[in-house]
Amino acid sequence: MTTAQQIADAVRAGERSASEVLEEHLAVIDEREGDVHAFNLVMRDEARAAAVAVDAGDRTGALAGVPVALKDNLCTRGIPTTCSSRILEGWRPPYDATVVARLAAAGAVFVGKTNLDEFAMGSSTENSAFGPTRNPHDLDRVPGGSSGGSAAAVAAGFAPLALGSDTGGSIRQPAALCGVVGLKPTYGLVSRYGLVAFASSLDQIGPFAATVADAALLLEVIAGHDPLDSTSLDRPLPPLVSGLGDGVEGLRVGVLTELVHAEGIAPDVRRRVEAAAEALADAGAKVDEASVPAASFGLSAYYLIAPAEASSNLARYDGVRYGLRVDAENTAEMNAATRTAGFGPEVKRRIMLGTYALSAGYYDAYYGKAQQVRTLIIRDFAAAYDSFDVLLCPTSPTTAFRLGDKTADPMSMYLNDVCTIPSNLAGDPAISVPFGAGDDGLPVGVQLLGPALSEATLLRTAAVLEGALQ
Amino acid sequence: MSLDDWQLVVGLEVHAELATNTKIFCGCANSFGDEPNTNVCPVCLGLPGSLPVLNRSAVEFAARLGMALECTVQPSVFHRKNYFYPDMPKDYQVSQYDLPINADGTLELPDGSVVGIERAHLEEDTGKTTHMGGGGRIHDAAYSLVDYNRAGVPLVEIVSRPDIRTPEQAQAYATELRAILAATGVSDAKMEEGSMRVDANVSMHKPGEPYGTRCEIKNLNSVRSLGRAIRYEMERQVQLLESGERIVQETRHWDEDAGRTRPGRSKEQAEDYRYFQEPDLVPVAPDDEWLASIRAAMPMLPAARRTRLAAQTGGDVDVALVVERGLDDLVLEAIAAGGDPGRLLVHASNNLSAGAGELSARPFAELSKLEATGALTATQAKTVLAELVTAGGDPAAIAATRGFEAMGDDALAAAVDAAIAADPEAWEKFKAGDRKVTGFFVGLVMKTTKGKADGKAVTALLDARAQS
Ligand SMILES: [Zn+2]
Repeated sequence: MTTAQQIADAVRAGERSASEVLEEHLAVIDEREGDVHAFNLVMRDEARAAAVAVDAGDRTGALAGVPVALKDNLCTRGIPTTCSSRILEGWRPPYDATVVARLAAAGAVFVGKTNLDEFAMGSSTENSAFGPTRNPHDLDRVPGGSSGGSAAAVAAGFAPLALGSDTGGSIRQPAALCGVVGLKPTYGLVSRYGLVAFASSLDQIGPFAATVADAALLLEVIAGHDPLDSTSLDRPLPPLVSGLGDGVEGLRVGVLTELVHAEGIAPDVRRRVEAAAEALADAGAKVDEASVPAASFGLSAYYLIAPAEASSNLARYDGVRYGLRVDAENTAEMNAATRTAGFGPEVKRRIMLGTYALSAGYYDAYYGKAQQVRTLIIRDFAAAYDSFDVLLCPTSPTTAFRLGDKTADPMSMYLNDVCTIPSNLAGDPAISVPFGAGDDGLPVGVQLLGPALSEATLLRTAAVLEGALQ
Repeated sequence: MSLDDWQLVVGLEVHAELATNTKIFCGCANSFGDEPNTNVCPVCLGLPGSLPVLNRSAVEFAARLGMALECTVQPSVFHRKNYFYPDMPKDYQVSQYDLPINADGTLELPDGSVVGIERAHLEEDTGKTTHMGGGGRIHDAAYSLVDYNRAGVPLVEIVSRPDIRTPEQAQAYATELRAILAATGVSDAKMEEGSMRVDANVSMHKPGEPYGTRCEIKNLNSVRSLGRAIRYEMERQVQLLESGERIVQETRHWDEDAGRTRPGRSKEQAEDYRYFQEPDLVPVAPDDEWLASIRAAMPMLPAARRTRLAAQTGGDVDVALVVERGLDDLVLEAIAAGGDPGRLLVHASNNLSAGAGELSARPFAELSKLEATGALTATQAKTVLAELVTAGGDPAAIAATRGFEAMGDDALAAAVDAAIAADPEAWEKFKAGDRKVTGFFVGLVMKTTKGKADGKAVTALLDARAQS
């Protein structure tokens, strides 16, 4: 397997052409995409034109000639951006997301827009208006979600790199289930401009890659202040790639009790976390038990805050300006008919939940209380980071489950996010790195959490785990 | 029914569009009257993925207004006000809720009364819908067109306390607020163009009893309609109350042509806007240094201008009008140049309604001196002034060109005597006290003197002759 770093090095050195690299990947797509369905759109023509442009022009970019898959909730100028929803039918954004523009400027070649749970709401990529994506390791199983298409694309070798978005675990959980690296950056590290919003205070764009080093490389390209995003952090980014080999000697690692022993964590997954703790200790880290008491309430708080914000963010899909319109007698009925036809059941469920949580008379009991829990989680994490540099826990409670297993019971699906949600609520970074297999032979990911802007530490810790497996 | 038994209570909500160059959350031009949907971008169209970035000028303008209204200018946050409307691109309005930028101010009116200001907060404007076909109303329109040029234009909403007690006071409040908005450059505040929109919360109660149920009156397009609508609403509400009925809290629209208010679209239940803090924006915390620089650059406000002009001229009613017209600086400069304060004030309030044009302070002062010394009559001065406004120049030279010269007392007396002699019959009537013939004699004298006579002096001479 060729890494993104190797491709970029070869293209920059003139040893390989971007077009040649692209054709290799398109061939893999032709072979397996029919089974996997990672993409809503394979951008063959645009990708070929972009590769020709890289070859003919500037080959000095950090990602020169590297194929990249984009989650289909990232705006691409003139290219359909669907969020896997019927409601955005026919819409082509007139602008590029900031991350898309940065990748293009670095010489990346976009191979396609990847499938997701509609508006990023889900944990299996089954809530897509265009059909589910399948796990390349076992086509009867889900790739996780909501960025299941991006995770599957990297796992299947369709592209060495992909972008996803993570609101409650939507990068890390599919990364774990597909056996790739996925990182949710610190809130504000990567611009959200051009990411179609699900829950604005939680959403972050982040990288998928087959290796820790490639994830670091991709994050370096997309991170950094953007004046178009008011929540974007205006701070210089510490270098990520250069310190990857620095090891974990003396690093204080806390095994996060509340999440390792949370309800529903499968024994084989727990054993891999314990093995990861040992591997880090062997590499010189100081490993101990850590506690973040409020993390247990993360799931409940999340399923009030995220739907509340979503209920407002998704109001604009009303049939007036773009996307689907179902005509009716008057405007209000047209709005209702359009939304009834355009949104899938999970999106409707969350809009109703969020609308209720914000309603007069219920606000204090639900949304207000959830915000208080969020404050407690932030406080408890901050306290834990007084004693630890990095926290360790599972990414997903289980390995990849079968398609259809959890679709009938939303609560069982929501429980998939129990270990990933706390980082979104805290606004802190977290990474999922593959660490062996479960009893069923499917990939298991372990998760590393750190305080704000600790991406460099998380990446070099993940690199130690990656190395321990080999 | 007697209105005298009832006390009016009014609170006003005024929306003013800020005169910033660009919109509140994007770089699109903030301009009125352009081709529809030309000043738009992903942000103000609320396209998926777009994000707002707060315009620093909008904060500055709002803070300046807050200072002019004696508000506490404080750290603030934005909230989303959620409701569906086709001319609102995101189906929520970004506004301020429990932490507005300006709170607790006052507005002193020219009559000395003070109206409390509850808040003056920032928010974004909506687009504009035009209903096509049918009667131009939403329910019978064939289709509707939406222009989003106005979407995202920065607004301040100034909410008064319910301190207003008469329709005239409400009008004075709106007029004074408009003058402050204009004087501070915060808004051009044109009610006809919709850059200043006034809604009135009106209720009636008996003195000593709790406030009554209020109705919100919308669609007030001028200060005059504000007064008319409140007067109409007073009568309507008192009529209902005295016949034992209850006032329903509702929004009512003023119909200028019919001279009445009508109920708005009935709402089955109270609107729940599901306010929550806007997660795409960060709290606004202007630093003290910046606020101090805004305060230091604050232009002189209308109240201070009135006080200053009154101190120099001794006028009262005229002073407010002259300040409203923006002529107070000119009058004060003319006074400084040796002009006659009384004559200057009279001209500024009576003869310069269309503005000063080419008139500058020194000729204005000269003109008032010519008039005060009797070299020019009031009528002649008015003629000279009109020419100074259109073309400028030297008043004495203009008077000479026109043949205006001081008419000696003897010549005037001769002209009056000639007029009396010309119509003995009319003169008998005048002597008998019939003042209706005064105009006849003045006109006659004006004619024979070719307008050089001073009307007041002629009248005085006629009176003197009649008594002798
Ligand atoms: Zn705009």
